[in-house]
Order: sequence, then C-alpha cells, then structure tokens
Amino acid sequence: MLRKLKKHQFLFEELVKRDFKKKYKRTVLGILWSLLSPLLTLLVMRIVFTEFFGRTTNHYTTYLFAGTLVFSYFSDATNQGMSSLVDNAGIFTKVNVPKYLFLLSKNVSSLINFGLTFLIFLGFCLLDGIAFHWKFLLLVYPIVCLVFFNIGVGSILSALYVFFKDIQYLYSIFTLMLMYLSAIFYNIDAYEPAVQKLFLLNPIYVYISYFRTIVINNAIPDLVTHLLAFGYAFAVLLIGARMYKKHNQKFLYYL
Amino acid sequence: MDNTKPTVVLKDVSVRYIIGDFKNIGLKEFIVRKLSHNYHVKEFWAVDGVSFSLEKGDLLGIIGSNGAGKSTLLKVIAGIMNPTKGKVEINGNVAALLELASGFDGELTVKENTYLRGAMLGYTRRFMDEMYDSIIEFAELQEFQDRPFKQLSSGMKSRLAFSIASLVNPDILILDEVLSVGDGAFRKKSEEKMMEIIGRGVTTILVSHSTQQIRQLCNKVLWLEKGKQMGFGDPIEMCKQYEEFLRQKYF
Repeated sequence: MLRKLKKHQFLFEELVKRDFKKKYKRTVLGILWSLLSPLLTLLVMRIVFTEFFGRTTNHYTTYLFAGTLVFSYFSDATNQGMSSLVDNAGIFTKVNVPKYLFLLSKNVSSLINFGLTFLIFLGFCLLDGIAFHWKFLLLVYPIVCLVFFNIGVGSILSALYVFFKDIQYLYSIFTLMLMYLSAIFYNIDAYEPAVQKLFLLNPIYVYISYFRTIVINNAIPDLVTHLLAFGYAFAVLLIGARMYKKHNQKFLYYL
Repeated sequence: MDNTKPTVVLKDVSVRYIIGDFKNIGLKEFIVRKLSHNYHVKEFWAVDGVSFSLEKGDLLGIIGSNGAGKSTLLKVIAGIMNPTKGKVEINGNVAALLELASGFDGELTVKENTYLRGAMLGYTRRFMDEMYDSIIEFAELQEFQDRPFKQLSSGMKSRLAFSIASLVNPDILILDEVLSVGDGAFRKKSEEKMMEIIGRGVTTILVSHSTQQIRQLCNKVLWLEKGKQMGFGDPIEMCKQYEEFLRQKYF
C-alpha cells in the first residue's frame, strides 16, 4: 500500500490541495470560521451548562473543550470522508487509481483543521490554570488512534454512501445521538459504576476520557483505555478495508 | 517491454452489469423491499465473450451501435474494471483517454485543474512544471489560467483536456472518441497531434462511430453488438459488414 501511495504521490498531493482549497473556499474567513465554530460551540456550552455541571467538575472549560475537540474532529472527518467516493466518481471511473486515495485526502484536510484547534485547546489549558507536563506527550497515542478510527469509519460510510444515499441523513441523526452519549458537557460520576462502564462501549467517549485524564487529572489512563482506544480504531479500519476490497468493482456500477 | 509478445490479449472477456431497483433507493427502502421480497436486480452481459490479440503498432478500431459495450470494454483494457469472466493480458503501460471533458473540478482554477489532470494521467510534478506553459499554449487558454474552471466554455474545456492528454507517452493508447475536439482550427491541430502519437508505433485502440475514419486509420477492426463479438479482422471487410447491418436495421 505504501508503494502504491508513493507511485500516486503527485495525485495525492493535488487531491489534498484541492480538498483543502474547496473546504475553505480560498478565503481567510474560511479557515478562521472552521476554528471559530468549535469555539462558539464551546462558549455556548460553557454559558448554558456551567450552572448544572460546572460546579462539580474541575476545570470545566477544559473538560468541555476536550470533549468538543475530539467530537468535532470525529464528526468533521467522517462526514467529509463519507462523500469521498461519490464526489470523485468522475476520476476513478476514468483512470485506474486506488480508491482509498480520495478518503485519505479528505482526512488530511480534517486533520489539519484538528491540529489548529488542538493548538487553541492547549492555549485554553494555560488560561484555565493547567501547567503543561511531560504526560501531555502521551496525547499522541489517542490522536493517532483517533486518526485511524476516523479513516475506518469514513471508509465504511463512503462505501455505504455509494449504495445508499440516505446514509447521509441517518448518519447525522446518529452523530447527534452519539454526541449526547459522549459525556461532552456532563460528568458520568453521578451514574452507578455499572452504568459508567457502559460508556466505554462508545469509542468517542474513550478518546475524550483519555484526553481528560492526561490534561485535567495529570494521570496516565489505565491499560483498558489504551486497549480500547487501539481496538476500536483497528476494528473499524479492518471492516472498512474489507468493504473496499469486496466492493472495489461494485462501486463502478453504482456511479 | 517485451517486443516479441503481443501487447494486448483478451481471452473470452465478459463483463456482467447489474440493473434494476438497486440505484438511489436508500437504505430504508432497501430493507423494506428486501423484507417484502420486492427487491429485483437484473443482470446482463455488457461484454460477452470477446477475444482478440494485438501486436505492437497495431491500430484497432472498435465499432458497434450505442450500448454495444464499447466503452465497457475499453474500461476493462484500461484496468478500471475487472472482467467478470475471462482474462486480459497487457504487455506495457496503458494510457486511457476516456470522456475527456468530465472529471474536472469547476471550483478550481484552470491551472490547478491542469495539474490535477496531469496527476490523474500519471505524469510527474516535474514533467508538469516543464510542460505547463506549452499545454496552456496549445489549448490557447493563456488569458484564462487563473479563472475558475466553470467559467470556461465547453469547447475550451475539451481543448484543455486534449492538450494535457496529448502528452501521454504510453505503449498502449486507448481513445474513446477523442480524436477530434473543438472548433475547425483546433480540430485540425488535435488530429495532427493524435496522428503524431499514433505514428510513434504505440498500440492504439480507438472507438469511433465514423467508419470512414476507421477505414482510414486502422489495420484491425473489432465489431461489437449488444456485448457480443460480431467480428474481428480486416477493416474494409468489417466496415462493409457493419454498414450492411446498419442498413438492414434502419431501412
């Protein structure tokens, strides 16, 4: 796969450039807006929920930001990824190129966006009175897992979207529900331990809690969290890769 | 590339297409129809048992009515589609120029599209840097380089597409009715350019509706009808049979 990527490096670079330019419509405000929108979400949540949850949660701003940071990256990358095959049908029905290039290219522009938001997040940590420590370096682990998780979910969605156009609407309902289940603005401590365990079934919650444990608690997450973070990414990636392999030819009939 | 082997060999190549309810119904409708056993998919053979072989320097013309499976066959030879049955052997690198004017991005500028298309056709960045000016000059689009692509007229678009594609240097060239594009003057220029590439001794496969053009250019002809191979061989004989077939069909 790496050798193929090398062979198509020029095409990949041009695709990344194209996706990036189109996403931001080559305006300064475009990039600014993509950074501003998570901040506005954060602001609204901070204002609305502080009364309910803020009093019992330490560093509530950072707590919220860790949640929206991870969730908005997930939501952006998978939604962009979903249309990667359909949008590029004009290309791969005419030239013989590996189809995952289009998905990876969309994921690169989402990752750049995430990187910028992450820098702002670090700035907010400082404002919130959190000192940087060496454990921050461990954040690389959930970020790498999350990148692969997003690629995996994106590949499943993009394959489904070729066959079923209503996936778009079903998925937006799904992400909304997932958002409420990811403990972005509330704290799960109020639930019984058994219920708390159920949250681990939600991959996004696992990634968010990894961030919070490092940043807010200044602690290293337990082994289970590490295994889950890796396992979820690996599982969806495997399913996605198999779907691409299986339907590689079938895509052509639908587009 | 091995010069003694044939460059393109097709053995009993068949491609099955599916048609029917499956397109644009959505997941919910799909589940409902599956449950009520109301989901119907039909299969048909777009290409059915085609066999031929080409030597280096051969120029094959493919003829046949609309829907005969010509474009599908080209996609198989280009490696975009795998045949459902049969085998394709290709000896050398292939450049397929199919439906040139589509696949551009309206939002990007002419320059960005030129690079993207070059990348699609497998050129390197260095090659594009070198050739960019001559591409634009050939397409006569010097004043439009930084305009969004969607502002170009369709003639301009196909001119650009042709200019980029004409730089290919393959062993096997596949052309889907791209021999001539644009208005009179450009048409002549593009035909000359195409002749120049074909004249280099590449193996060329082209689809055309003009039997006159086929007679003029090709040394072999494949005639397809509803996916089936009606004949393969001498252009004059094949074109005669094909024209006779058309006469019977329409008069």
